Amino acid sequence: MKPRELVGLTAHQAARLLARREVSAVELTRAVLERIGAVDGKVRAFVTATPDLALEQARLADERLQAGERGPLLGVPAAIKDVICTKGVRTTCSSRMLEGFVPPYDAHVMNRLYQAGLVMVGKTNLDEFAMGSSTENSAFFPTHNPWDVTRVPGGSSGGSAAAVAADECLYALGSDTGGSIRQPAGFCSIVGLKPTYGRVSRYGLVAFASSLDQIGPMAKDVTDCALVLGAISGHDPRDSTSAPNPVPDYTRALVPDLRGLRLGVPREYYAEGMQPEVRQAMEMALTKLQELGATIDREVSLPSTPHALAVYYILAPSEASANLARYDGVKYGFSAPGETMWEAMEHTKQFGFGPEVKRRIMLGTYALSAGYYDAYYLKAQKVRTLIRREFDQVFERCDALVTPTSPTVPFRLGEKAESPLQMYLSDIYTIPVNIAGLPGLTVPAGFVEGLPVGLQLIGKPFSEETLLRVGYAYEQATAWHKRKPSL
Amino acid sequence: MEYETVIGLEVHAQLLTRSKMFCRCSADYAAAPPNTHVCPVCLGLPGVLPVINEQAIRYTVMTALALNCAIAGVTKFDRKNYPYPDLVKGYQISQYDTPISHQGWLAVEADGATRRIGITRVHLEEDTAKLLHRNEPGGETYSLVDVNRSGVPLMEIVSEPDLRSPEEARRYLMKLRTILQYLGVSTGNMEEGSFRCDANVSLRPLGTSEYLSKVEVKNMNSFRAVFRALQYEVERQQQVLGRGERIVQETRGWVEDRGVTVSQRSKEEAHDYRYFPEPDLPPLALSPAWVEEIRASLPELPEARGERFISHYGLSPYDAGLLTAGKALADYFESCLTLAGAKDKPETLPKKAKEVSNWLLGEFLRLLNAGELEVEQARVSPAGLVRLMGLVEEGAITLANAKQAFEEMFRTGQAPEQVVAEKGLAQISDQEALATLVEQAIAANPRPVADYRAGKEQALSFLMGQVMRASGGRADPQAVRERLRERLRPT
Repeated sequence: MKPRELVGLTAHQAARLLARREVSAVELTRAVLERIGAVDGKVRAFVTATPDLALEQARLADERLQAGERGPLLGVPAAIKDVICTKGVRTTCSSRMLEGFVPPYDAHVMNRLYQAGLVMVGKTNLDEFAMGSSTENSAFFPTHNPWDVTRVPGGSSGGSAAAVAADECLYALGSDTGGSIRQPAGFCSIVGLKPTYGRVSRYGLVAFASSLDQIGPMAKDVTDCALVLGAISGHDPRDSTSAPNPVPDYTRALVPDLRGLRLGVPREYYAEGMQPEVRQAMEMALTKLQELGATIDREVSLPSTPHALAVYYILAPSEASANLARYDGVKYGFSAPGETMWEAMEHTKQFGFGPEVKRRIMLGTYALSAGYYDAYYLKAQKVRTLIRREFDQVFERCDALVTPTSPTVPFRLGEKAESPLQMYLSDIYTIPVNIAGLPGLTVPAGFVEGLPVGLQLIGKPFSEETLLRVGYAYEQATAWHKRKPSL
Repeated sequence: MEYETVIGLEVHAQLLTRSKMFCRCSADYAAAPPNTHVCPVCLGLPGVLPVINEQAIRYTVMTALALNCAIAGVTKFDRKNYPYPDLVKGYQISQYDTPISHQGWLAVEADGATRRIGITRVHLEEDTAKLLHRNEPGGETYSLVDVNRSGVPLMEIVSEPDLRSPEEARRYLMKLRTILQYLGVSTGNMEEGSFRCDANVSLRPLGTSEYLSKVEVKNMNSFRAVFRALQYEVERQQQVLGRGERIVQETRGWVEDRGVTVSQRSKEEAHDYRYFPEPDLPPLALSPAWVEEIRASLPELPEARGERFISHYGLSPYDAGLLTAGKALADYFESCLTLAGAKDKPETLPKKAKEVSNWLLGEFLRLLNAGELEVEQARVSPAGLVRLMGLVEEGAITLANAKQAFEEMFRTGQAPEQVVAEKGLAQISDQEALATLVEQAIAANPRPVADYRAGKEQALSFLMGQVMRASGGRADPQAVRERLRERLRPT
């Protein structure tokens, strides 16, 4: 098989070749590294490429394969969002603040993936500290959408999404606080899953908003998504918010049949703001889902949906304002000089953080301040409970909800950079899912003038199997996922 | 106008858990080189998460129960935000509105009365790193950060503003420390900083019940410092009010060597800590069954032990109170009784208990106080004291010389037999030698002899003193008395 064909494989296809020893992990890895060399000048998905480490890990994987070990991810090259701590490999969060920060420990998901035989080809670009929806907030450079390099790949996991779409890796990890896996996955026509809060350990994920953050897979198809989810899920005693629920074999949920499933179409999501072409794509998708045996329920309502964005932009910045307080230049990372200790700490934050990060720290600091706490933070927590309850009620009648991933197709670089609020609206369909701690899956759902549209499936807590089943059936019936961008 | 003193104390006690509050690092950092008891979690590196130390929760519940507090059914942790280089995450994980326990009390004896001092709450948080400020000879100043202390469990015990004098505050603090020591949850060492105290002090016109502007006093590093600082602050406030001025609500620091408090920051400069629930730690349910299990396993506390000393050992309430005021002394006392085999002999137990008590409350405490030592630092073991008492009982040494020997044992850590032999303190048991000393005393003091014979009983004491002195204290006073009476009996 030619290198260009190798890199186009899904993880499970590659694993089959590796298992039959038709290709070695080193060969596969070399092909991926070559691909990165060929296209990343245009895509700019990677903050740090790790070719030497990748080849070393590939050799190790080949030894394991030689010894008879088999596994769906053993020897498969992947990319890791640069907000996940990797021992010995710098983890920048695409921020000047951590430009030279080399973690002395691995995130839990890294432990799990290394066990599964990960070959890490690099760390991918993101909006600084995962704050953004276009990857333009990276302190280093923006990432480009492989389907149209004048457009954004979405964000914050734009680097991971673009890398998967451009065949610069076979799968990737992202993190999702308000849509940061799903929105870029939708923009790049790949599969992305935000697991139920607590499904995947956050240990080693640099915190943005602790009660919303979740690590998840970004993959070329639903099968890979299920495999990666299985590899990274499970209880971790180091994360007190990680769930003890047993991890099923997610691939067993992958059946191309939706009979007996009731899918809800929440009214509030199909309101103004949705691009007409996106709406059309959704209608086509709903028809397809019905053909596959699902019952479509259009009488579903989530009345508090319009408040979700406001709730999110109070809670997430509040938590972020505390989470980012540790970057004071004293112990690690960027450190600016100053006449006094206070001045040095001030300068460190002034020059170490970018404008969006500062904006959110200020928002959160304000929302938590004496005299404002009740009106903002506390009120937002109450509405959060309301939103959760509404979802609970809806899931009494539906197995999953179907919405677009984003209201629009990918926008142009710079198009929304001047208007934070316009940018925030890009996550309007994904944010409620984090607020309620639910799982959300996005699968490719077609194209509008060559630009991807994503379909989002939302489920009740720990119903990843249902979402994967719906996503798989839809994917098999449409094959949008097989299209490749031309680069 | 006459004013009433209003004091509330905030005590922070480091807990004696093996590991830190939220990670597996050893909490026993006292002797460790800087930055050796650290890991990504207590260093606050990006991406780490806290995990609650169950033992710390247990210790806090134990303390709360001993202080008659109500235990929360569900408790949670909160983030307290403030920037400082000793706070590695930029926030401290503490407890804000749902502490582990609340509403308790502690009975304190002071100024001739016993009063219940309200306990507002007992909660748990993490200690900060330690900053070491350096001044180089060249004029450069800088600070070093030692993260060993970062994340050590810190229990906060807040009293109601129920204390009415510096003396009562001191007694409260001592009693609280004793309870923590009895529970085995903290060393209670103020000088080493494992037991810290801040005070809120205000005055109000006698007979009124509202609280006026209070001053928070910090930086008191010993019980004496707390007492002195409070005395100073009460007087200072009296003078301010006496001048017709108002008390400024502020934080003041105690300056030990100058004996004054100085303003550190005013109310306007007070931090807004922006507390909010710690999202990394779900609320913690404390099941009633678990709390009851802890209650049932609480060790004997000072008051109960004092009562037992009275009822079992026949000690006076005064002695029992002094012996049980510190756990170490009470343990020492009971070790002595056990080693002496006294507990197996009910008929002589009260007598033996009183003897041991006399030794401990007399010589032992005197020597400890003189050397500013803790019971644990004493070089005389209970076994040493028991053997010394045995020598007295056997008549091998006089009580007076035994006290001398005890001092030597206390100083050197030597065994009683060795001290007695080396210092020549053994009792003169040779009857002829005793007889010679008595004869010499009679011959040298004709007038007292005559006085005694004339019926002046106290003349005998003088003669006894002469014999004892000549013997170097080694004669058995009882034997000397008998022999003198025998010799001077009218014939």
